[in-house]
Amino acid sequence: MKTKKSGINSNTILLLITIGLFIVLYAGGCIAYGYKGFTHLQTFLNILITNAGLICVSCGLTLVMLTAGIDISVGALVAMDCMMLAVGMRSGIGALPMILIVLAVGIGFGCLQGFLIGYLQIQPFIVSMAGMFFCRGMTAVISTEQVSITQDINKAFYTLANLKIVIPFGGYANKKGMIMQPYIRITVVIALLVLVAVFLMLRYTRFGRSLYAVGGNATSAAMMGLNVKAIKMKVHVLCSVLASIGGICYCLNTMAGSVSQALGLEMDAISSAVIGGTLLTGGVGNVFGTFFGVLINGTISSIVKTNGKLASSWPNILTAILLFVFIVIQSIFAAVRKRGK
Amino acid sequence: MEENVVLTARGITMTFPGVRALENVDFTLRQGEIHALMGENGAGKSTLIKCLTGINDFEAGEIHIAGIDGPVKNHSTREAQNVGISTVYQEVNLCPNLSVAENLFIGREPMTKLHTIDRKSYNSRSQKIMDELGISVDVTQNLENYSLAIQQMVAIARAVDMECKVLILDEPTSSLDDEEVEKLFVLMRRLRSQGVGIIFVTHFLEQVYAVCDRITVLRDGHFVGEYPIADLPRVKLVAAMMGKDLNDLEEIQKESKDATNEPLEISARGLSHTGTVKPFDFDIHKGEVVGVAGLLGSGRSELARAIYGADKANTGTLEVDGKEVRINQPIDAMNLGMGMLPDDRKAEGIIADLSIRENIILALQARKGMFRLLSRAKQEQIADEMIKMLQVKTPGRETLIRQLSGGNQQKVILGRWLATNPDFLILDEPTRGIDVGTKAEIQKLILKLAAEGKSILFISSEISEMLRTCSRMAIMRDGQKVGELDHDLSQESVMKAIAGGEQES
Repeated sequence: MKTKKSGINSNTILLLITIGLFIVLYAGGCIAYGYKGFTHLQTFLNILITNAGLICVSCGLTLVMLTAGIDISVGALVAMDCMMLAVGMRSGIGALPMILIVLAVGIGFGCLQGFLIGYLQIQPFIVSMAGMFFCRGMTAVISTEQVSITQDINKAFYTLANLKIVIPFGGYANKKGMIMQPYIRITVVIALLVLVAVFLMLRYTRFGRSLYAVGGNATSAAMMGLNVKAIKMKVHVLCSVLASIGGICYCLNTMAGSVSQALGLEMDAISSAVIGGTLLTGGVGNVFGTFFGVLINGTISSIVKTNGKLASSWPNILTAILLFVFIVIQSIFAAVRKRGK
Repeated sequence: MEENVVLTARGITMTFPGVRALENVDFTLRQGEIHALMGENGAGKSTLIKCLTGINDFEAGEIHIAGIDGPVKNHSTREAQNVGISTVYQEVNLCPNLSVAENLFIGREPMTKLHTIDRKSYNSRSQKIMDELGISVDVTQNLENYSLAIQQMVAIARAVDMECKVLILDEPTSSLDDEEVEKLFVLMRRLRSQGVGIIFVTHFLEQVYAVCDRITVLRDGHFVGEYPIADLPRVKLVAAMMGKDLNDLEEIQKESKDATNEPLEISARGLSHTGTVKPFDFDIHKGEVVGVAGLLGSGRSELARAIYGADKANTGTLEVDGKEVRINQPIDAMNLGMGMLPDDRKAEGIIADLSIRENIILALQARKGMFRLLSRAKQEQIADEMIKMLQVKTPGRETLIRQLSGGNQQKVILGRWLATNPDFLILDEPTRGIDVGTKAEIQKLILKLAAEGKSILFISSEISEMLRTCSRMAIMRDGQKVGELDHDLSQESVMKAIAGGEQES
């Protein structure tokens, strides 16, 4: 009887490349801009703070992509969430009720999209494109102007957003000789909790494993007794809920709602997932990789920002190059695997 | 319900658009028996099985299962599993991106107290299951790392482990070699002795007689009869399946003729592809049919793929019609008048969502280039010609190819290559998974094409089939061409050559 074994799993190699790339990029930033404070722990934490919302959104999108689906409505959903929070609190509703409303809207929105995709078997791209237009449109219907959340509008939310969670190590003395302790925001805590929860769910729950099965071969999954329709619906609900949590994080960071907010966020999320080793064809990927994908995008932006002279469009170009390289590497691995058969 | 009956189906009727797939079909399965479900392609075997397993929604009829009151109607594979019906399909239906263990346990994983998956437990249980079945695999490896045959065994292991009352095996042996088939039979007999009722669908007649107790025959969606195996000798079975007393298989006995005096069509010297096939020489004359024999995975297909450019040859030279050529990819081979029918028709052959007409003209159009479109009238003419010549059973030329049965799909792909009017045609397992009648038709067609001066490379797992059609056979073993037989071709001589008694005994 013939058996074939591969040495190291090619997906593990992809993940290692992603992690390695992040380390190289970050080390490069430290060497080039160390004099501007890039080496401080706070620089890294700022990347986390800035991208907390994106981490949540990307986790959700990774789940959908694992089932070979896609959801391009998440960016618009985040914008709508921010606007709902801002306008809701301006009209006097408390922070907690508004957060619950936003999550409920996320669930409802996800159910609708999931039903269309799972049970009516409409292309996820089309469904979520409609969802994107709807959310972006609704954002403008709620308010066309930028609404800021100030201390006067909602003190609790304002306090939460400005809460500094100090890290007791890695401090440095600034020019005036004051010790600056590094800190994170509540959004980072939320994002990391989401990340860990999704990671554990993917690895240790029946639902998590069934996502891989559906993405690997939906017909087979159905024949093995999995309810593929329900799984597809659930994953879209989960994606929208995670996007809504991301929206709340986003709002805590920006403290405003605006029609043009989070433009193209869904594409950042997709590119993070792809750089993190998730295949658009489904069945392969991991939120851990996605997390590093977000960090890589964040590091690029951070380097460009620290440089100060480069045009702000450079991160886009670098991301494009990275995406290109990663897709090529993935297809090489796929080709090698095919030949190995 | 009778005493020891586990499953009865009565009056099952089901219609597909334009085709009545099943009409008033009965089926009875008893405890501890292996029951062959036989019929030609399109007879309704797969449709009946899909009715039992809840994939197809039948219109009329009742299914009863022992221990359950009232008629059972499954709406999904899961429901079927819950009432004790497990199925292994012709095409492996597992997830290649998951580990072997996960494929065994997906959807029913052992859980820890925290309601999370107990990985350790299912890995060790999986390893135990596979060891018991004598399948040497590392269950933590992804399924895609293993050969198709192993994947099939995993699928069977999964079904067996579901503690089923009814095990349906739908063409499980079509990708297994003899040794693996024997292992499967051992397993089937063991399950039979445990009281499991097994429905066995296969096209290999000898396998039916090797392992089955009873046969139910379907024809054109109708129930023909149910027979104990002793009452139905082979000839009668074939007659029942085809609905007439035909001895087509005998008719074409040894019609192949010697063509060694004709000029060479293809001449390969030292051709190889790293990792799949070692350097080999190969000649084929005009009007000659040459077989390639060997065990599954011995490099039969790979030899053909290296000639055709599907795997680009790393070394060696190739002459077509006496001129040296370089083939980098299949389109080069096509332009040189070659055609290849791949063995994996699901992955490499059919384009499921295109019509029969579109599937047929595909290769011809590819050779002409995409800017010189064939006119619609021309396409229809070619499609109609092929459908008629190959006797494809279809409502019309615009039917989607995925609605056809396996054998008819195979005919359409054959038609695709015949439409290009090739000088050299590679047929890799053209008769796998199709019925005896169509097999005979295809064998006849091969001989007819050879008589027209075309050269044909014929790869098949059935030696008897090649004996009938080939005048010469190349023997493959472990990725190497180990010899050729041109006279004294018999089942025994070919088997001996494949086994290679001289070095290892």
